[in-house]
Amino acid sequence: MSASKASKTPQAPQARPGDMRPLAEVPGERPPKPRPAPVPDPEAAQYWAAMGEGRLLVQGCTRCGNRQLYPRQHCLTCRGPVEWVEASGRGTVYSYTVIRQNHQRPFRDWIPYVVALVDLEEGPRIMTNVVGCDPEDVYVGMTVEATRFDVLSDEAGIALFEPVPGFEHRG
Amino acid sequence: MGRRVVSSGGEASATASRRASIVGVGETRYAKWGGITEASEYQLAVQSVLAALDDAGLSVDDVDGLASFADDRNEATFLAADLGIPELRYATMSWLPGGGGACAAVSNAATAVETGQAEVVVVYRSLCQGQFRRFGRGPGNAAPKPRPETRPAPRPGVRRARSLLEAHVAFTMPFGMFGPPIAYAMVTKRHMHRFGTTTEQLGAVAVTTRAHAARNPRAIMGERTMTMDDYLASRMVSDPFRLFDCCLESDGACAVVVTTPERAADTRRGGVTILASAQGTLRGFGHGQYSNVSMPDDDYASAGARQVAARLWGRAGVGPGDVDVAEIYDHFTGLVLLSLEDFGFCGRGEGGPFAASGAMSWPDGSIPTNTHGGSLSEAYVHGLNHVVEGVRQLRGDSTCQVEGAQTCLVTSAAGVPTSALVLART
Repeated sequence: MSASKASKTPQAPQARPGDMRPLAEVPGERPPKPRPAPVPDPEAAQYWAAMGEGRLLVQGCTRCGNRQLYPRQHCLTCRGPVEWVEASGRGTVYSYTVIRQNHQRPFRDWIPYVVALVDLEEGPRIMTNVVGCDPEDVYVGMTVEATRFDVLSDEAGIALFEPVPGFEHRG
Repeated sequence: MGRRVVSSGGEASATASRRASIVGVGETRYAKWGGITEASEYQLAVQSVLAALDDAGLSVDDVDGLASFADDRNEATFLAADLGIPELRYATMSWLPGGGGACAAVSNAATAVETGQAEVVVVYRSLCQGQFRRFGRGPGNAAPKPRPETRPAPRPGVRRARSLLEAHVAFTMPFGMFGPPIAYAMVTKRHMHRFGTTTEQLGAVAVTTRAHAARNPRAIMGERTMTMDDYLASRMVSDPFRLFDCCLESDGACAVVVTTPERAADTRRGGVTILASAQGTLRGFGHGQYSNVSMPDDDYASAGARQVAARLWGRAGVGPGDVDVAEIYDHFTGLVLLSLEDFGFCGRGEGGPFAASGAMSWPDGSIPTNTHGGSLSEAYVHGLNHVVEGVRQLRGDSTCQVEGAQTCLVTSAAGVPTSALVLART
């Protein structure tokens, strides 16, 4: 994406690279496009709805205690019944990439941004954006916490993660 | 490298005598994305089938089966009608996804032939990225359209995904994870973290493959040489992937003809034996297109093909030390390294140093790999062109011919439900 293209699209004040804040609407301009909202299926509807209310859930097996995501109809370890358990929101970066090319709105205005897989304290791994820091500062093993829940529709929100204060800075 | 003659025990040879053969290969021209406008993707599919039949010295009248994979929009029943196949007795499409399914489609064709369900089955793939949206993309920006105000707002949870794919991309698209390079960049990043794989080792795959393409007149990038400096100078797309870590996006089609050993003996070029095939996936790989989450570390930073490899080598009666040449699916450089590991050419985590040592290079490497230029430099036809190249090697027709090649490994994509073949000179 060229810099000139980016500058044509009005943006909300971007405090730092990697914030990925919703873009501001500017009168007379095409309205900014939101992130695509998750379209729930029956297994995941509660998962998405909870994040719309600022809560991150994982599934817990009532028989063997296994914690899992994606949401499934039963526990993948023992096939027992599952219930929803609120997660702490803390985790570590398992792997990540810094996206430097994406022509689709709104992401083209956020380049470079980080897509990461985060291992939650409870065990399951989820995909997210690590925000609130320079993308170059992210590393495998970084401690992060779900601090931002963006509401994307009536029925779905997403959890975004930031480095916990005092994270180890690596060149 | 040691060359081992395939076991010829009594029982084994009886089994071997029933094994299906590939007797013809056909390709249209390959061009960069949008480069083919004179024919539709579907017309190219027809043309590639005709070319493969011509190569075999067979006609449409001989064909009674068609096989494809991964939600092929060029449907076999339409193709049968437009080709004029007298009677279609077998039509199948593997569930394995784009990239993962080419070898499985050949395997399905072989199964049909070996069980007597059909006699001549053509496996085909036509892919015109320029005529359709990019393969591997999600279903688009899934944000619900604003509803007319006269309609009541839906209750939470009422709107449901219209497909399994739409439900599963909910876990990826909101985060700007729109394409395969992003997913496999993270897999490769993890491999680099665990094993110390380097950028230059990824580059070795790209540069070696391009050098092979330089000898292949069909290769889209055949006239574009690439040095390591060129590779390092290519723009970063999604760390650690640069542009030259990613396969081409292209237009073109290819096909292979599978038949019985008896028919094969009568064809123009004879047959190349399908010595063994295997397919499958580990838990987690099949969930959505490229989500690959919540799986063991040993599976995540791998091709996910160790069990497929074990079954394949077991059925073939040969191992990685026995094959003369390999055509490894190369959607991204990093995943070639993972496939080389999973199929046993080097140890776990050693894919990077192995590639950088020149092992993949024709003619002197220990296992010349992607001798046509692969998806990185010949064309992106979901790896059916890798099967075509395997057949060429065993006929002695490759532009990077491995002298006296007797056996060839062909794999489909790493990181998704996948499949593989061992081909052998008959």
